[in-house]
Amino acid sequence: MWWSYDFMQWALMAVLIITPVLALLGTFVIRHHLTFFSDIVGHSSLTGIALGLALGLAQPTPAMIGLALLLAFLVSLLQKWSRSSVDMSLGVLFSLMTSLGVVLLSKGGGFSKFTAYLIGDILTVSPTQLFPMFIVGVCVVIMWVILHNAIVLISLNPLLARSRRIPVFWVEVGLTSMLAVMVTLSVQWIGVLVVNSLLILPAATARPWAKNARQYAAFSVLIGLTSGVIGLIGSFYWGSATGATIALVGSFFFAMSLLLRVVI
Amino acid sequence: MMDRTCRHLSTTLDKVTVSLSGKVVIKDISLQIACGDLLAIIGPNGAGKTTLLRAILGEIPFEGSIKFEALGERVRRPLIGYVPQQVAIEKGTPTSVEDLLVMAIGASPFSLLWRPMVRRQVMEALDRVQVGYLLKERLCDLSGGELQRVLLAAAITPLPDLLLLDEPVSGVDPQGLALFYELVSELRQKRHLSIIIVTHDLAGIAPHADRMVLMKESILVEGTAEDVLQDEMLIRTFGPKLLNVATLLEAKK
Repeated sequence: MWWSYDFMQWALMAVLIITPVLALLGTFVIRHHLTFFSDIVGHSSLTGIALGLALGLAQPTPAMIGLALLLAFLVSLLQKWSRSSVDMSLGVLFSLMTSLGVVLLSKGGGFSKFTAYLIGDILTVSPTQLFPMFIVGVCVVIMWVILHNAIVLISLNPLLARSRRIPVFWVEVGLTSMLAVMVTLSVQWIGVLVVNSLLILPAATARPWAKNARQYAAFSVLIGLTSGVIGLIGSFYWGSATGATIALVGSFFFAMSLLLRVVI
Repeated sequence: MMDRTCRHLSTTLDKVTVSLSGKVVIKDISLQIACGDLLAIIGPNGAGKTTLLRAILGEIPFEGSIKFEALGERVRRPLIGYVPQQVAIEKGTPTSVEDLLVMAIGASPFSLLWRPMVRRQVMEALDRVQVGYLLKERLCDLSGGELQRVLLAAAITPLPDLLLLDEPVSGVDPQGLALFYELVSELRQKRHLSIIIVTHDLAGIAPHADRMVLMKESILVEGTAEDVLQDEMLIRTFGPKLLNVATLLEAKK
């Protein structure tokens, strides 16, 4: 059975840590229209890895996080100052970061070393990696609770938020930074290609069923956890990439939810 | 907290000028609003009314000065209640009326589970504008009139020093409108709130406003509602087709 393997037990722990946190963050991502931003952060990890290598770091993670935080700040500035379409600017940023990452990593024909980052390798999680991730997860949840009201009010109406003395710009910087850190750290386990799905799908599935903010968060976390566990077990029996399998289960839940909405 | 009146706040604008991207939007606006005043700001589209409110909210840079004073002392950051012109709420957004009011109180929507006090305060706030029955509804499912009243309930929770209402009547049916004005009037009388209301609805606001300002970039006419409604600038600004001054004056009586 799947649970008799150590690596599956560690992977299960990893899933139980990151899927609920990503699902919780997903409610903000959807409220605040940040789905494209979070995808950019995920893809920028490639550039972050290249940066880490260039700097001669033993572990690329600090470089990846540094770059992600820089992007978070840049995008917040862009949203504050840009009068033209932010969407287009984000598209340009996406292209730049992705192509730069791939070019740097494939220089000399060595990209295959890095394919693990594309699809993730949660099955190789070691116990020593779990604890730091758990701490980060707890911090993100605490920050989520602290920023919750501000973010909901800003997405309703920025002026309304201002009238309640909410520092709109800094709250947005906080949100994008928190997102950047969590997505970047999840990339090595879940993979660049599908990390955004784990963020978006649970919240998107929960949204039409939630009548208030509490239900939204609770449903999203529940759906995130369920698809995480089912996806992990499914990937074991199918021999498929775990991150993508979780995302696929999430997509299935979303389709079911959509269908149910039509029927009811 | 709920029953205090405003801190006798008076707001003084002195030659407030705002330029956005190099273009002057409002120019040399000087106004004073005392505690208990209801000031109506009217003017055609693009006259800079919302910009003026944004300057008062401290949202945009301006020249000139905006001072808040209470009992002779300067108030640096008064509590300002604000009802926005339009709240674009996407269909299906999971934010309930209760959530909004809990947030207005400054509590977390999650704390409702273990803080019955918060729930009571929310009900009080909603009852003040007669929308208690909407407690569990989602904001996105409300009608225009209901949403405005809920936003008003949020804006006066906790009771602010100054209340800004930005065109709070767009998309609201006439009955809802009359109720809204009554609620605002009552607030002013009971709580001595300073209120600035930006509106297109001259007839509706005229009976309730102490003072009225007609503006288009700068102040064109200022005085009692009657003064402003009789001023020929009004017709020149809005065009004769838009108004029937006689009806407006009738409304004032």
